[in-house]
Amino acid sequence: MAVISYRQALHDTLRAELRRDDDVVLLGEEIGVFEGSYKITAGLLAEFGPRRVRDTPICEEGFTGLAIGAAMLGLRPVVEIMTINFSLLAIDQIVNNAAKLRSMSGGQVSVPLVIRTPGGGGQQLSATHSQNLEVWYAHVPGLKVVAPATPADAKGLLAAAIRDDDPVIVIENLALYNTRGEVPDGEHVAEIGRAAVLKPGRDITIVGYSRSAVIALDVARRLEGEGIGAEVIDLRSLRPLDRETICASARRTGRAVVVEDDWLSYGVGAEVAATIAEGAFDYLDAPVRRVAAAEVPLPYAKPLELAALPDAGALIRVIRQTLDATRFAR
Amino acid sequence: MGEDPATLREYYRQMALIRAFETRAAEMYTRAKIGGYCHLNLGEEATVVGLVAALRADDYLFTTYREHGYALARGAEPGKVMAELFGRADGLSLGRGGSMHLFDPAIRLLGGYGIVGGQLPPATGAAFAITYRQQAGPASPAVMCLLGDAATNIGAFHESLNLAALWRLPIVFVIVNNQLGMGTPVEAAAAEPELWKRGCSYRMPGQRVDGNDVIAVRDAARAALDAARGERQPALLEAVSYRLRGHSVVDPARYRSAEEAERARRADPLPAFRARLIAEGVLDEAAAGRIDAEAERAAAEAVDYADASPAPDPGTLFDHVYATPAASVHRGLPGDPVAGAGGPGQ
Repeated sequence: MAVISYRQALHDTLRAELRRDDDVVLLGEEIGVFEGSYKITAGLLAEFGPRRVRDTPICEEGFTGLAIGAAMLGLRPVVEIMTINFSLLAIDQIVNNAAKLRSMSGGQVSVPLVIRTPGGGGQQLSATHSQNLEVWYAHVPGLKVVAPATPADAKGLLAAAIRDDDPVIVIENLALYNTRGEVPDGEHVAEIGRAAVLKPGRDITIVGYSRSAVIALDVARRLEGEGIGAEVIDLRSLRPLDRETICASARRTGRAVVVEDDWLSYGVGAEVAATIAEGAFDYLDAPVRRVAAAEVPLPYAKPLELAALPDAGALIRVIRQTLDATRFAR
Repeated sequence: MGEDPATLREYYRQMALIRAFETRAAEMYTRAKIGGYCHLNLGEEATVVGLVAALRADDYLFTTYREHGYALARGAEPGKVMAELFGRADGLSLGRGGSMHLFDPAIRLLGGYGIVGGQLPPATGAAFAITYRQQAGPASPAVMCLLGDAATNIGAFHESLNLAALWRLPIVFVIVNNQLGMGTPVEAAAAEPELWKRGCSYRMPGQRVDGNDVIAVRDAARAALDAARGERQPALLEAVSYRLRGHSVVDPARYRSAEEAERARRADPLPAFRARLIAEGVLDEAAAGRIDAEAERAAAEAVDYADASPAPDPGTLFDHVYATPAASVHRGLPGDPVAGAGGPGQ
C-alpha cells in the first residue's frame, strides 16, 4: 500500500489501463499537450502518443457522442469532460444515446464508455463552474454513476468503470484531487453498486459520497471522543444505489443523517431518506435529516460560498439535534 | 444507361418493396397495429436504394428515424422490420425500439435515431474507431451517416463535420433533403438552403444530387465512400427528393399547397423509374407487374409475420438495460417495494 493523492490514483489507473488494453483511448479537451486542466492525464500523451490520448476541440456534444460511436464498435473510450458543468452540452448524447442504445437495440449494441468529470464547489469558481449535477445522471436507467471519495476508490472504481460494458460516469471532485490516502498496489478493481462502511458505529448513521463522505468520516472521528458512535456509509455508487447497506445500518443505529454537496430538493439525500423510510421505518428513533447545499446558484464571494456549502459544522449541528431529539445519553 | 439490366431490375425491386411496405405500414397504423410515431420513406425510394447500393457489406450505416426503407434495402427481413413496428418479440430490436430505432449489427445497421441529429456524433465515432484499427485503403470500411435537411441547423451537425474533417475520418454524411422539416420548408429554416455548401466551412467536399435518380445517388455516394475509405476524405452529399406524405402517418400535411402536392406526384421516383426501365427495354410491362405483385406479396407476408409474432413478455422488462449486471440494480415494477430496502412484502 502506497500513500498517494486522489489525483495520482486517477492518473496511475488511466496509465495502467492504457497499458493493459489497446482498446482504451482517452479523449477530451486539453488532456494531451496541456496535460489536463487538473493534470490527471499528465505525461500520458508523451508516453502513449496521439492515437491513444486525443486532444479534442471544444465540442462536448461532438466528442462525447463520438466516443459513444467508437464504443459501439468495441473501443473503450475514456472521455474527460473538464467539469461536470460542461457535461450539460453533451447531455442529449449521454441520456438519449449512451444510456439507451443497448436497451433500444434489444441488447444488440453495447456502449462501454467512461466519462470522467469533476464536480464540486468551494474554489470560488462561481455559479456556472461549481455545480454538483450527479443526480441528473443518477436518475437515468442505463447509466452507472460512481463518485469515489478516497484515493483507493478513485483507483478501484475508475478501473471498474473502464472494464465495465456499460456507460459509467465517474464523478470526481475538485476538492479531493489533492487528498491523500492508502491505495492498494497492483490490480485493484472495485465492485460498482456497493457502498462501503468507512467506520462502524452504533449510535447514528451518516451517509455521504465523494467530498461529503470525507466530511462525514472526519466528523465521526471527532464525535468518537465524545462517546458518540457514528457509522459512516460512503455510497460510492449513486446508480445503482446500494440500499441494503444503507438500510442495514439505519436499522442498527435507529438514526440517520445524509450529507451531500448537491442541492437539497430532489437530491441524493432525498433518495436515501426515502429508502430508509421504506426499509427501516420501524427502527427509526428520529426523522432522517439532510445536510445539503443551500438552494442558490453558488455565489463567487468567499463568505457567501462558504455559507452555501455543507461543512463539518453543519453536519455536527444536525447530528446533535438528531441525538438530542431522541434523548441520546452519552 | 450502360447499366447491367439485372442490377436495374434489382433496384426497381427494392424500390417497389419499400413502396409496398410503407404503404402497408401506413394502413397498419390506421388500424392501430402500430403505435407511437411512424415516419415513412414514401417518395424517397430512389434515394434510399441508391445510397444503400453504394455501401459495401463491411460499411456501417447510421440513419434517422425515417429508416424502414434503409433496413429493407440493406437486407433486413421485412417481417422483422414490420414486427418491430408492431412492437413484437421478433422485431428487429426485440420490440424495444419501435419504428424510429431499428438496429441490426449483422448488416451493420447501427440505428435509427429518434432525436434529430442524434446519430451524427456516434456515426463520426464509428469512423474514428475504424481509423483506430485500420489503415486507409480500399480494404477499409467506411461509415455512411444519414440526416434530414433540418438536422443541418443543429450544433451536433457542425461539431461532427468539424471532427470528421479535422481528424480525416472515413465518413460520408448524406443529407436526405425531402424539402420539409416537419412542416417547415428548407428555405425558412436554413440561411444557406443549398445545404451541401455547409461542408465548405470544414473544407469538406460536397455535392447535390437528384435524389429521384437512383443511379446518380448511387454513383455520388460510391465515389464519396471510396474517397473516405481510401484517402480518409469525409464528404457531405445532399440528395434532393420530395416527401409524398406528411411528416408522420398522422400528419395530413395541410401546410402543403395543391400545386406542391401535384409537383410531388409528378416527381414520384417509382413510376418514373418503372417507365424508364420499360422504355429502355430492361423490363416489359408483364415483368414490371410481376415485381410489383411480388413486392405486394412480401409486404403482406411481413404483416402476417408481425401479426403472428408474440408480444414481448413483461417478465423480460429489465432485460438488456445493462450489459454487465451490477449489484443492487433496482428491478421493481410500479408500486413494488424498493429492492434492498427490506420493506414490507420482502
